[in-house]
Amino acid sequence: MRQQWGSVLSAAVRTPRGAIGLGLASFVVLVAVIGPFVAPHASDALVTLDFGKPSGQYLLGGDYLGEDVVSRVLDGGWVLLIMAACATALGIAGGGAAGVSAAYLRGRSDGIIMRTVDVILAFPQLVFALLLLSLLGPKLWLITIAVGVSHAPQVARVIRSATLDVTERDFVKAAELQGMRPARVMVREILPNLVSPLMVEAGLRLTYSIVIISGLAFLGFGQAPPAPNWGLMISENRTGLTLNPWAVIVPAAMIALLTIGTNTFTDAFARVTIGVDRRPEEAALIDDLSQEPGT
Amino acid sequence: MVRRRIAFGVVTLFLVSVVVFVATEVLPGNAAYAVLGRSASPARVRALEIAMHLNRGIFDQYWVWISGIFTGRLGNSLVNGLPVWGFVEPRIVNSAVLVVLAGAIGAVVGVALGAVAALRKDGWFDHVTSVVVLAVTSLPEFVVAIALIILLSTVVWHLFPAVSLLPPGTYAWDAPSLLVLPVATLVIVIVPYIFRMMRAATVEALESDYVEMARLKGVPEWRIVLMHALPNAVAPTIQVIGLNFLYLAGGIVIVEYVFNFPGIGQGLVDAVSTRDIPVIQFIVLVLAAFYVVVNIVTDVIALLATPRRRIAR
Repeated sequence: MRQQWGSVLSAAVRTPRGAIGLGLASFVVLVAVIGPFVAPHASDALVTLDFGKPSGQYLLGGDYLGEDVVSRVLDGGWVLLIMAACATALGIAGGGAAGVSAAYLRGRSDGIIMRTVDVILAFPQLVFALLLLSLLGPKLWLITIAVGVSHAPQVARVIRSATLDVTERDFVKAAELQGMRPARVMVREILPNLVSPLMVEAGLRLTYSIVIISGLAFLGFGQAPPAPNWGLMISENRTGLTLNPWAVIVPAAMIALLTIGTNTFTDAFARVTIGVDRRPEEAALIDDLSQEPGT
Repeated sequence: MVRRRIAFGVVTLFLVSVVVFVATEVLPGNAAYAVLGRSASPARVRALEIAMHLNRGIFDQYWVWISGIFTGRLGNSLVNGLPVWGFVEPRIVNSAVLVVLAGAIGAVVGVALGAVAALRKDGWFDHVTSVVVLAVTSLPEFVVAIALIILLSTVVWHLFPAVSLLPPGTYAWDAPSLLVLPVATLVIVIVPYIFRMMRAATVEALESDYVEMARLKGVPEWRIVLMHALPNAVAPTIQVIGLNFLYLAGGIVIVEYVFNFPGIGQGLVDAVSTRDIPVIQFIVLVLAAFYVVVNIVTDVIALLATPRRRIAR
């Protein structure tokens, strides 16, 4: 099993897209992880002028309060990365479990699970997160859970259709005839065959998690000032765009490089594993359309 | 078929309203405290609880709320005491203008680019657009918006206003120049999805048996493309265009906030930061209803646009 993953991953890395994607994402992750240790100033120290121009000492100038932009960029990514990773894991675990159970158990469980999926899908993801934040306020754990939950229905849909193919195979029938319990069939027989679609979904959801969580931070629902945060920095410093555009451009570029990196790598990975030129969600849509009507 | 879809839609909407209600009023953390803050005096909390009907049973509360929506009694904003409808109505109109413009422009551009890329598959146009599209798909809306602001309205050129503040009482169409940047941002964000789908569907149609057959019969290439391939690529693309309207329902939140455009997205962000619960409930419900309705409409249109399925019925 493990070797399979390894060989698929390294095949993806050897494609030009895979290499570029991994390179971009790794660069941003490195900055976010090492950054806090090498930042020249405390991220909330007022060391230079408001929107001060870049100089030898402050390479990217000052932000709206006169804090050092370089230090804030170095210090402003790791919380975002941790939150995005946790939200993705939550969405994949929840959505995967729901999708496999719906497809394998069929009948009433399938109906209930997919109905729930439809209901959550009716909320745009960002709006769903905002709704959950409205009572308790922007707690970081709540944002992470809200984003994870908002991923689950999409994951469930893709994994459900992938599971339907697997359940038809002989080894599943064989395991059932041996009297294996449904939960065990799902974990031992079906799940190992869903590694590729799950990994493609994980890549996609990671990209969307970064987009949504940094977007919420940009809207002011995330870490509160004076904490450094790339999303929040863009919104704090945009009033000074003409004075010191770097305070906006650099954090925006970090987020952009990260999402382009994860998305491009996922694309390469999907091409290698599934061998198609399109996303699982698009493929599912075409499948839907080519089914007979009325089903 | 259509009737069943609508019935499902109504059930979904009902469940959606329950989720909205539960998330804003029943979840831990009394709504009255959430609005007034922890240090509020018991008397004020009590008064607000009565105003929000929090002193009644849960089913009663839900009934008061949902029947209010059908009879136009949406209640008043908790922040300024003005009626919710008066606050939301002009915003719905403005957001609708934004969504319709961006959706229509995005659909035309995406379908055209996708078809051209598929017809020149593996040519330079196909390669360049595919890479650009992959990069753009990954970008958050606010990064695109900020890039446009830097390029077109502050640092590089000064062509369009960076904020789309409308004077109160006016609608979006009174100031078209204010619409340019928000619409452009949304178009840039949605075109890649339509492009990818149109390209994939056209490539699939061009490789199909009936196109092969037409070629062998000697049908001219332009006729094959226009009469055989493209019509069969339209149905999946309509689904994606529908999906993009759904996407726009969420995308307007950030884009309106960036440009200070007075639509429901910006209204929602304001309401969430001030915890103005009646406003949050209504706006979220409007967005979800839009979602459900667009879903049904695209399903029906796609059904009608698929030649094979039309015959099968």
